[in-house]
Amino acid sequence: MIDLFKDLVNWASGPTVLFTIATLGLLAAFRFTQVWSKTSAKVFFVVLAVFYTASMWDPDFFLIVAKPDNIPITGVIFLVFFFTWYAMHQGIQNDRRSAGEQEVLEKQESEKVWVWPDLVYTEMLAMVILSIVLLVWSILLAAPLEQPANPADSPNPSKAPWYFLGLQEMLVYFDPWLAGVVFPTLIIVGLMAIPYIDTNPKGNGYFTFKERKAEIVIFLFGFLILWCLLVVSGTFLRGPNWNFFGPYEYWDVHRVEPLLNVNVSDFFWVKLLGRPLPTGGFFAALMREWLGILMVGAYLFVLPVVMSWPRDRFPTGLKWLSCHHYFEKMGATRYYVGVSLFLMMMSLPIKMYLRWAFNLKYIVAFPEIFFNI
Amino acid sequence: MLNRILAPLSAAWKEATDSQVWTSIFRHGKPVSNRNRALVMMSNVFLHLHPVKSRKAGIKLRYTWCMGGITFFLFLVLTFTGLLLMFYYRPTVEYAYADIVDLQEHVPLGIMRELHRWGAHAMVITVWLHMLRVFMTGSYKPPREFNWGIGVVLLVLTLLLSFTGYLLPWDQLAIWAIAVGSNMARATPLLGTEGPLSASLTLGDISLINAGNDARFALLGARSVGQPTLLRFYVLHCVGLPLAAAFLMAVHFWRVRKDGGISGPM
Repeated sequence: MIDLFKDLVNWASGPTVLFTIATLGLLAAFRFTQVWSKTSAKVFFVVLAVFYTASMWDPDFFLIVAKPDNIPITGVIFLVFFFTWYAMHQGIQNDRRSAGEQEVLEKQESEKVWVWPDLVYTEMLAMVILSIVLLVWSILLAAPLEQPANPADSPNPSKAPWYFLGLQEMLVYFDPWLAGVVFPTLIIVGLMAIPYIDTNPKGNGYFTFKERKAEIVIFLFGFLILWCLLVVSGTFLRGPNWNFFGPYEYWDVHRVEPLLNVNVSDFFWVKLLGRPLPTGGFFAALMREWLGILMVGAYLFVLPVVMSWPRDRFPTGLKWLSCHHYFEKMGATRYYVGVSLFLMMMSLPIKMYLRWAFNLKYIVAFPEIFFNI
Repeated sequence: MLNRILAPLSAAWKEATDSQVWTSIFRHGKPVSNRNRALVMMSNVFLHLHPVKSRKAGIKLRYTWCMGGITFFLFLVLTFTGLLLMFYYRPTVEYAYADIVDLQEHVPLGIMRELHRWGAHAMVITVWLHMLRVFMTGSYKPPREFNWGIGVVLLVLTLLLSFTGYLLPWDQLAIWAIAVGSNMARATPLLGTEGPLSASLTLGDISLINAGNDARFALLGARSVGQPTLLRFYVLHCVGLPLAAAFLMAVHFWRVRKDGGISGPM
């Protein structure tokens, strides 16, 4: 019985299943907003805490989760869940208020109060509590120190610091120039661009969901799924050779995963036409990759234009693609910058599913100049 | 009975607070009257980061989560414990690891390294949560667009502070985490040896970008993680990045005030 449960959890923690479940779960929670209630939060946290505590009896789970440097990941799981729930819960409460012609909660207590004592005491209390937490944590748990540095002996797995493991996970799907350089830059630039792209004047200075649905869905998908989930799975579920291991599995260094990844060019030339890849020179390389270049070009440069068209220019079934109202509202510059950043963000899940479905390695591959997408 | 103990105590307290020393430090009475509540906020250089009065809903814990304040407090804790750690630590390949061992085994009641390490982990998380709160309340919207941008740079500085500190214990975890992280720089377009298009940067037959001068070399100060890297990361960790963060925090807090204080519904 327990073994069956463990097998189920191991299976559900696999990159494909976990990512899909988490994404669908998040989207469902945005659709059925009653799940952000106090009751479901209590149930959720009790289940999570019981699962976590009970799992500690499994030696493989304990070995990874109880590592001193992995404590923050447990912190991330519980704190991020709690504060996401808290923000959404307050937002939905406010939405109910405004639907019933009431003011949002933040607007009600608009009188001014003395910062001493009302705010200063809160800060003081926060400092005291945090000091106690840090002191207890530090007394109970010694900071780890491994063997002295040895450049000749690389550990397996070699992992970046935990907060960069989302980026390291991206390396599975993208080359380093994208996962390690371009995407981090775009994350920073994209975050800074948010206030200039988002022209929705509503929801400024209070929790709400209804008035800012698109912004919140996109942001939380990025933060919870593409960042936090990848950090957590990168720490807990990626073992030697960056292979996937379920939470109840032993990190076996000798486990071999077959890698049979193929490129778009292989699909087109070898599988479809039954010919060898064109070779020799620059133009042969261009011819080899023409389909991939076309696909990437269409995704990044044509799709934003098409998405700006009004709904009636789309055939039935594709009308959801139309972002014409955003184009109208935001203006061309904001629209194109925003949609481009969004499409770059979505390229990660798209590439993930392409890999899982077709073993696709590169859409465009110019290994000669390290230009692989 | 109680009175016989308390009476002299309160007399002594009155004596102390009436003294020239006390009144030279605190220019006003106890902050129990509205006048003194205003004075305490205005005459104290640290408290005057805050306004005298603020909207009640804005300072509620359920609204701010105090997450920005907690992050700032953690920065102060890390500065203080980091300073103490600098007394014991020498950033050389020869001594770094041994100094950490010494710190663990010979410094009495030493939990500074623990406070520093766990505090650093915690700060990364509190920065994320602070940003989550600011996003979910739409507080980046006008007039606070610029301050959100400053905040994003502070997030990056926090991660870089943590990243540079990761190397300093000079154990296996440290150098290999930095090796993995910095390998990315090799793939920088144009500026990394294995980056797209960098091979096209040539002068005649000579390739301009090689392992001895590319982006990764600039980060590490060497072709692999070694003594120059340790020194470089140490200087950045203890001087460069904290200064930059302190500078931007000053701007960040100043702008919170100038942009209308804690956000709230218009």
